[in-house]
Amino acid sequence: MASQSAESIAVPAKIEVSLTVNGVAAKLQVAPWTTLLDALRDHLDLTGTKKGCDHGQCGACTVLVDGRRVVSCLTLAVMKDGAEVTTVEGLAKDGVLHPVQQAFIDHDAFQCGYCTPGQICSAVGLIAEGKAKTPEEIRELMSGNLCRCGAYQNIVAAIRQAMEARS
Amino acid sequence: MINFDYVRATDVADAIRKISATPTAKFIAGGTNLVDLMKDDVERPKTLIDISRLPLDKVEKTASGGLRIGALVPNSDLSYHPLIASQYPVLASAIQAGASQQLRNMASTGGNLLQRTRCAYFYDTATSCNKRSPGSGCSALEGLNRIHAILGWSPSCIAVHPSDMCVALAMLEAKVHVSGPDGAREIAFADFHRLPGETPHVDTNLGAHEIITAVELPPQGFARHHTYIKIRDRLSYAFALIAVAVGLEMEGDSIREARFALGGVAHKPWRSSEAEAALAGQKASRENFEKAAAIFLRDAKGFAHNGFKIDLARRAIVRALTQAAHGTPQVQAIKKLR
Repeated sequence: MASQSAESIAVPAKIEVSLTVNGVAAKLQVAPWTTLLDALRDHLDLTGTKKGCDHGQCGACTVLVDGRRVVSCLTLAVMKDGAEVTTVEGLAKDGVLHPVQQAFIDHDAFQCGYCTPGQICSAVGLIAEGKAKTPEEIRELMSGNLCRCGAYQNIVAAIRQAMEARS
Repeated sequence: MINFDYVRATDVADAIRKISATPTAKFIAGGTNLVDLMKDDVERPKTLIDISRLPLDKVEKTASGGLRIGALVPNSDLSYHPLIASQYPVLASAIQAGASQQLRNMASTGGNLLQRTRCAYFYDTATSCNKRSPGSGCSALEGLNRIHAILGWSPSCIAVHPSDMCVALAMLEAKVHVSGPDGAREIAFADFHRLPGETPHVDTNLGAHEIITAVELPPQGFARHHTYIKIRDRLSYAFALIAVAVGLEMEGDSIREARFALGGVAHKPWRSSEAEAALAGQKASRENFEKAAAIFLRDAKGFAHNGFKIDLARRAIVRALTQAAHGTPQVQAIKKLR
């Protein structure tokens, strides 16, 4: 538009976004540039989802949106109005850990734990997709989740356990 | 991240209207590349027009026996689509070779075509880059140019196109359907991306106010004799140093038609009609594959850190043609080359 010069533009108004997060309806007012990751952590106090690289390269921020695993750091919250979001906080049911969470404990599949919420959400998404059968396929389809402690062997073992328990 | 305004397009016509009325706007679909570039201050749109809810999410058969892929079909869904898996397995394989499953769940078909180069200097606003800041110079020419082009580059830009999916689409001779203020048109895949020349800031021949609506695959999918090989610095989730998509039509042990495209070597997926013609009517032999690779790479020229790519490309072409001729395509989860 001709009226839009190269100088500053007014800060756009916040936008109302409705999300169902871990089964609970939430309405929040966010700026257009608020990522889903920041909305979860800073607006909803769900700090289980971790900010690692903030560029979609590490997978620490992985959550499920409408059942599909995505990196929440590259997802704009305004674009997900009406979506169902599941974070690591939403996986346990009635005080019982999700089978993937239990398997990570059984197999000692973490050391520092920073990548773990993303690993677990990613694994839940992977199992729902049903495309990985072999350890090689698990590794390939989990390659978006980095673990700098190098717990990969045990992560693969944990996912196999959770996958076998399901089938 | 920079501040920007956000609007949602209601249909394709509305999207075209909105982008035409707001020259500083950009479309956003999956956002996997655009949001990243905005965080790095490389892309600075003042408005984002959300096209992610437009009804462009179908995979449909065409009257000619091909497939029409809606521009918003996510990369993951496309790679697992039964018709892609059965008729165009090279495309499924190429998609699965790229990015991570999280990103493939987010990224759209159209957006994959429009992703920008991953040249580090393009991302680093403290350096010169003709693609990011026209006329400022190319830092990669004498910089760390390990991942850069060996074919089709210009002194203005030696960046490569990062997509895997596009390498397979180039080999398959897909068509890109676009719509704009002047109506709809289709662009042959080979004409969609541009070489850098003097204007490396212009990646494609898509008009400023045009939107990709679909990618069309012709009937020929090379489902029997194909492969996608990707060679990179780690075993998964990295951009290609060299990638090869092959499709062969065989008659016994002779080649009736050969097509191959390379990724990681140029500003766009690279083909050589001369190298492909050299294989037509020939025996599928190592000697003939070596000849075709030599023709393909005749004009290749590397830089301080990427000269190895020329020999790597030669060997990858021979290996990929061999896999395709034998009907033993690379499986992306298996890291040992066949």
